[in-house]
Amino acid sequence: MKSMVRGLLLVLSVCAVTFFLVSKSPIDPLQANVGQAALGAMSEEQIAQLEQYWGMDQTGIEGFLAWIKDLVRGRLGVSLLYRQPVTEVIGERLKNSLFLMMSAWLISGLLGFFLGGIAGANAGKWQDKLIRGYALLTAGTPAYWIGLLLLLVFGVWLGWFPIGFGAPIGAAAQEVTMLQRLHHAVLPTLALSITGTSSIVLHTREKMAEVMGQDFVIYALARGEGKRKILFDHGFRNILLPAVTLQFASVGEILGGSILIEQVFSYPGLGQAAVNAGLGSDFPLLMAIAAMSGLLIFCGNLTANLLYRMIDPRMRRGGGAI
Amino acid sequence: MDILLKMEHYSIEIHQYENGFTEKKLVPVSDLNLELREGEVTALVGASGSGKSLLAHGILGILPYNAAASGTLWYRGEILTQERLLKLRGNEIVLVPQSASFLDPLMKVGKQICQGRPNAARKEKMYRILEEYHLGPEVAEKYPFELSGGMIRRVFLTAARMGEPGLVIADEPTPGLDRELASLVLGHLRELAEKGAGVLLITHDLEQALAAAHRIVVFYEGKKIEEGKTERFLHHETLCHPYTRALWQAMPGNGFICPDEEGSRI
Repeated sequence: MKSMVRGLLLVLSVCAVTFFLVSKSPIDPLQANVGQAALGAMSEEQIAQLEQYWGMDQTGIEGFLAWIKDLVRGRLGVSLLYRQPVTEVIGERLKNSLFLMMSAWLISGLLGFFLGGIAGANAGKWQDKLIRGYALLTAGTPAYWIGLLLLLVFGVWLGWFPIGFGAPIGAAAQEVTMLQRLHHAVLPTLALSITGTSSIVLHTREKMAEVMGQDFVIYALARGEGKRKILFDHGFRNILLPAVTLQFASVGEILGGSILIEQVFSYPGLGQAAVNAGLGSDFPLLMAIAAMSGLLIFCGNLTANLLYRMIDPRMRRGGGAI
Repeated sequence: MDILLKMEHYSIEIHQYENGFTEKKLVPVSDLNLELREGEVTALVGASGSGKSLLAHGILGILPYNAAASGTLWYRGEILTQERLLKLRGNEIVLVPQSASFLDPLMKVGKQICQGRPNAARKEKMYRILEEYHLGPEVAEKYPFELSGGMIRRVFLTAARMGEPGLVIADEPTPGLDRELASLVLGHLRELAEKGAGVLLITHDLEQALAAAHRIVVFYEGKKIEEGKTERFLHHETLCHPYTRALWQAMPGNGFICPDEEGSRI
């Protein structure tokens, strides 16, 4: 219950900040969407009408309160750019993005967990150096650059994968097959996974190295258990809990990464919609996406907390006697 | 009685780097000659930091990577090579550790006693030994944080007896226990010796050594300075080394005199 209230407050403050930033945005919606030349040819009334359409008269606290009021009634408004209800735009985009984000989230989580575990168990040896080097390299590389590189190699040079979009160019929506969609999602997923893996690898490695230096590992060694057995019996068991927390907390990172990646791959997902909405001053869409992202990240963290309580025997039994 | 473990010119060196550049060599155990006998508890008494625990780790072959041992270990009359140690470790040569931190906090105690292979025969053996220590089978289903300090020690003893213990190394097995519980644990160690095992009791407490051991070895700055049957350590006059005398006098019953005041003659 307490966390519900906290989640509500979080989403509310995310919306407030977004609203404030949009209202202070230097982008003039008319200039951005209609264009200087067209504006010059319009009459005063036409311009006033357009200003009203783009919500330029609705700034400040009143505008925010009006938006909140609509939100409570379940009305998110109509996207100004796409001229569709916001819920429809988000629903369609989310379908594309969710697949991308989910697979990247799973791949980076699993890969990061095992690579980090192996590096930590061999701390200081060549395996560690190799994996850590890879993680540091990808951690220091911007996501969009990795995206461009993948496009260049696999899209342009090798021609294995399409260079963008969620479906073949020119195909009607009904004709696009699942396989084609998957084919288009491979490179963005890969780019997103690569950037997401590094932080999980580095965190997991530290944890594993710490666990492998614990007394109970020494005791297991003294009892004649082999290194591999210790790694699987005690090592992974003890880094599982922090890894779960990390995994669910990384939802935000994946979400943030997807915005850049979708832009690079012209992938018709939520991230791309967010960028369009921001640059085009599509106020209702941007607010809804911000609110939803806040909610998503909150849910990720909440799940981590709940799972932690379920998995950790010290929390489950005996009630936090640590 | 037969000699179980014999250490000849046994030393442990540790290499450390100071400021990352200058290499520093420490010798926590130097040129040690020691014999452990079957059916006896031998107490190794020394201050903390005198290299006692490292000695235990050295025998078990679990020294940290920057430490190296030299000298010869003989076990039951044969040289204890790394290869032989790997076969004996955990089965014949066992460790009874210090505290609960030597148990995996996320694994049930029973599974840890059976080392993750709880087949029927092992389980039966475990329940039998647990019962000898007045622990019910429900203990096996608990996690370490649910057990008291005394129960943890008995779990360690159970784990030690899962194999065929010949040499039991108890490294400070009683910190955090009150007198009564501590003497109970020491009594259990003595039982193991009576069953034929050789027990190496590592402790900083001479009083504990006097209560539980057949033989006492006093360890000071990596060297053995005095060794003998426990009876000899009961009286001040029969002790040779001033450090041992200081240790003896620091015991509650003997005047409680600190080495700093009395031991300035060392």
